[in-house]
Amino acid sequence: MNLETDENGPATVLRVQETRIDAHSAPDLKVAIAGLVAARRNVLIDLSRVEFMDSSGLSALISGLKAANALGGSVKLSGLRPHVKSMFELTRLHRVFEIFAEADEAARSFNEVKGAP
Amino acid sequence: MMKEQVIVDIKVPNQTRYLSLIGRIGEDITCILDAFTGDREFLAYQLNLALTEASTNAMEHANSSDPEKFVRVCIRTTDDYIKAEVFDQGQGFDINSLPLPGVDALSDRGRGLLLIRAYMDSVSYQRTSTGNVLLMIKHLK
Repeated sequence: MNLETDENGPATVLRVQETRIDAHSAPDLKVAIAGLVAARRNVLIDLSRVEFMDSSGLSALISGLKAANALGGSVKLSGLRPHVKSMFELTRLHRVFEIFAEADEAARSFNEVKGAP
Repeated sequence: MMKEQVIVDIKVPNQTRYLSLIGRIGEDITCILDAFTGDREFLAYQLNLALTEASTNAMEHANSSDPEKFVRVCIRTTDDYIKAEVFDQGQGFDINSLPLPGVDALSDRGRGLLLIRAYMDSVSYQRTSTGNVLLMIKHLK
């Protein structure tokens, strides 16, 4: 699976460079996310190249989120295309993940302290 | 009533590497729907998703990831609907035993079927002489 990583402030950014995520590629994505979460806790996954994702892709993202939360960190998402975003809404996962339009905005959010004025 | 026309009838090995092929066939079907006047791009996504999810279920659950088995996909159309059938060679599963949608957003069980049901107008799962078939119908009007 074609993935790129870089650092953006408090978060590691994982850019998925595939246009399609399904049950064939989702296991690799899950492993990649797990590795980054274990190393950095806070991971931003940019999906702006992804045109198609199925339930196995959603499961891979959820797995990463659960692992990050267990370590006191988080997995956030950016760049969701409309049809991909609609799947998060259908499955109510838009209430589980923080979803941003742009990666930079998402990366800054990792610095924000909840409840701060 | 217009007679159903078989557009695609293919058999692929029971391996997830073929999901992309099946999904793209679902997308490209929309190009030959001359009478369809709706959102082709959205319909393409819906068919891609439904066929991908159904085929994954067939490969990983019904066929138990057995590389010796096959998944057959048959797509028929009329001006009024698309009928997609995904055949497996397995023991099958109880489609009604999966969790209700929305009960637990973080649960992996049932999410694929939830999506199929969201995008297709009719979904049923039946035994055949050689396994099972997931039948999905999408109305075009």
